[in-house]
Amino acid sequence: MIHVFKKEFNGFLHSLIAYLVIGIFLTAMGLLIWVFPETSVLDYGYADLDTLFSMAPYVFTFLIPAITMKSFAEERKLGTLELLLTKPLTDWDIVLGKFFAAFALVVVALLPTFIYYFSIVKLGNPVGNIDTAAVVGSYVGLLFLAAIFCAIGIFTSTLSNNQIVAFLLAAFFSFLMYTGFDSLSSFAGSQALLVKQFGILYHYESLGKGLIDTRDIIYSLSTAGLLLLFTKVVLGSRLW
Amino acid sequence: MSLTVTNLSKQYGQQLAVDNISFSVQQGEIVGFLGPNGAGKSTTMKMATSYLPPTSGSITINGLNVVEQPMAVKRIIGYLPEHNPLYLEMYVHEYLQFVASVYGLTKKETVKRVGEMIELCGLTKEQNKRIESLSKGYRQRVGLAQALIHNPQVLILDEPTSGLDPNQILEIRKLIKQISEQKTVILSTHIMQEVQALCDRVIVIHQGKIVADDLLKNLLTGKKEQVVLVVEWDGAAPLSAIESINGVEKVEMDKHLCRITTQRSDEVRAAIFRLSTDRNQALLSFKVEENTLEDIFRSLTITSAAV
Repeated sequence: MIHVFKKEFNGFLHSLIAYLVIGIFLTAMGLLIWVFPETSVLDYGYADLDTLFSMAPYVFTFLIPAITMKSFAEERKLGTLELLLTKPLTDWDIVLGKFFAAFALVVVALLPTFIYYFSIVKLGNPVGNIDTAAVVGSYVGLLFLAAIFCAIGIFTSTLSNNQIVAFLLAAFFSFLMYTGFDSLSSFAGSQALLVKQFGILYHYESLGKGLIDTRDIIYSLSTAGLLLLFTKVVLGSRLW
Repeated sequence: MSLTVTNLSKQYGQQLAVDNISFSVQQGEIVGFLGPNGAGKSTTMKMATSYLPPTSGSITINGLNVVEQPMAVKRIIGYLPEHNPLYLEMYVHEYLQFVASVYGLTKKETVKRVGEMIELCGLTKEQNKRIESLSKGYRQRVGLAQALIHNPQVLILDEPTSGLDPNQILEIRKLIKQISEQKTVILSTHIMQEVQALCDRVIVIHQGKIVADDLLKNLLTGKKEQVVLVVEWDGAAPLSAIESINGVEKVEMDKHLCRITTQRSDEVRAAIFRLSTDRNQALLSFKVEENTLEDIFRSLTITSAAV
C-alpha cells in the first residue's frame, strides 16, 4: 500500500495538482477570513474561526473531487490499471494507497490554516481569548469530512473512465452527503433527527462544538470505510 | 512444466473469445503466439496474468494456479501489456523504482536492478527524462525494463514490437533474445518475421481456437512437398503443353506469369526446361516459391475461417 501511496502522492506533486489545490484552497480561505468584509473575522469582531469551518466544506466539495477524479478514471483510460492489477498488489493496496494519498494532500492544504488560529489567538482581547476546544473539534470534524469526500471521489472515479463524469458525480454526492440529508429532514416529520444523522453536517456541527463524540467518529469512519469497500467491489468486478 | 493451459475458455457476453485451448510451455522456450487481430491472443495473456478470470479451464504457472494463487503468480511473471501502458508523468528512474518496490525488492536490490535494467535496455541516456518525452521505441524499452525488473521466470509480452520502426524492432528483438535464455517467454505478434527471428515454437490461434502448435522448423517444412513454380515465358505461355507434364497439379496465369503447382518439383522443373528448348521459346524468369510462414499463416487462418 505504501508504494501506491508514494507513487500517487508524488504524482500530485509532479503534475501541479498539489500546488493548485493548496494554492486555491488557501487563497479562497484567506480572502474569506481576512479580506471580504461580509465574512471577515476582523469586521465580525468575535475571536473565532467559524468562517473557516463553515466555508471549507463547500470549497472541499469542488477541490476534493478534482484531486480524486483521475485516480481510477485515468488509469483505466490509459490502461495503466492493467499494469497495476497484474503487479503483486491486492485491490486493497491500490484503493487505500490512492485514498490516503488524496487525503494526505488535503491535510497538507489544511496545515497552513493553523496560522489563522495563532493569529486569532494573538488578536483576541484579551490575548488567547478563543475557544480552543471548539477549534480542535472543528479540525477533527473537517478531517473526517475530507476523508468521506475523498472516499466518495475515489469511488466515483471507478465508475467511469471519463474524469469529468467522475468529478461531477463526486461533487454532487459530496454535496448531497454534506447538506442533502439536512435539507431532506424537513420533510421527514417525526423522523427528522434520524434523517439528519445520515448527513455529514449533523456530525460535523456536533464535533464543531468541541465535543469529540464516539458516535460521530464511528459515523465518519464507517461511511468512508463503506465507500472504500464499494470501490474495492467495483475494482474487483472485472473478475465476475 | 513452466506454463500449462488446460481447456481454457473465455466468453465475453455472446462472443466466445477463447475456445477450449490447451498448451504448455517449458522453461527456456520462446513461444510465438500468432493470430489475426481479435483471435484471442491478448485475452489468453490477460488470463495468464490473472487480470481476467477464465470462464472455464485453468492456467498453472510453475505449478501455481493463476485463479487460486494470483499473488504468487504475479510475483514470478513479468508482463508487458498490449499498447504498453506507462505512467507518462513519471521519470524513467522513478517508474522503474516504483515497479521494483512493488515487487518487494529491498532498497539495495532496487538500486542495483534499476541500474542493470537501464543498461540492459539501453536507457542510459534517457534515464532522467520523463516517460512522456520519450519516443515510442524508448517507451517500449521502459515497458520491457519494468517487466524484467524482478527477474521473472515467466515473461509474457503482448505485441512487444508493435508500432516500432525497423531498426527499433531489430533492437527490441535482440534484447528479448538476450534476456530470454533462462526464462519461459510467450510473445504475441502478427509479424511473421518476428516469429522467425525469435521463436522456437509457434502457436497459431484463430477465432479462439489453436489451429497449429508446432516447432517453427516443422511448420516451415510441413507443407514442403507442395511447391509453386513461377515461370515467365517469352510470348504466350504454352498452357496445354504444361498441363500435360507429368506431376503438374494446377496451372494458373497471373498476368504474364505462369504459376504451376506441383508436388514433384524436380521432375517438373526439368520438364519445363525441356519444353522451352523443344519449342524454342525462352524462359525470361523461373523461380521456386518458398513456403513461407506467411503462406502457412494465411492458409491456416483463412481455410479455418471458411469451416
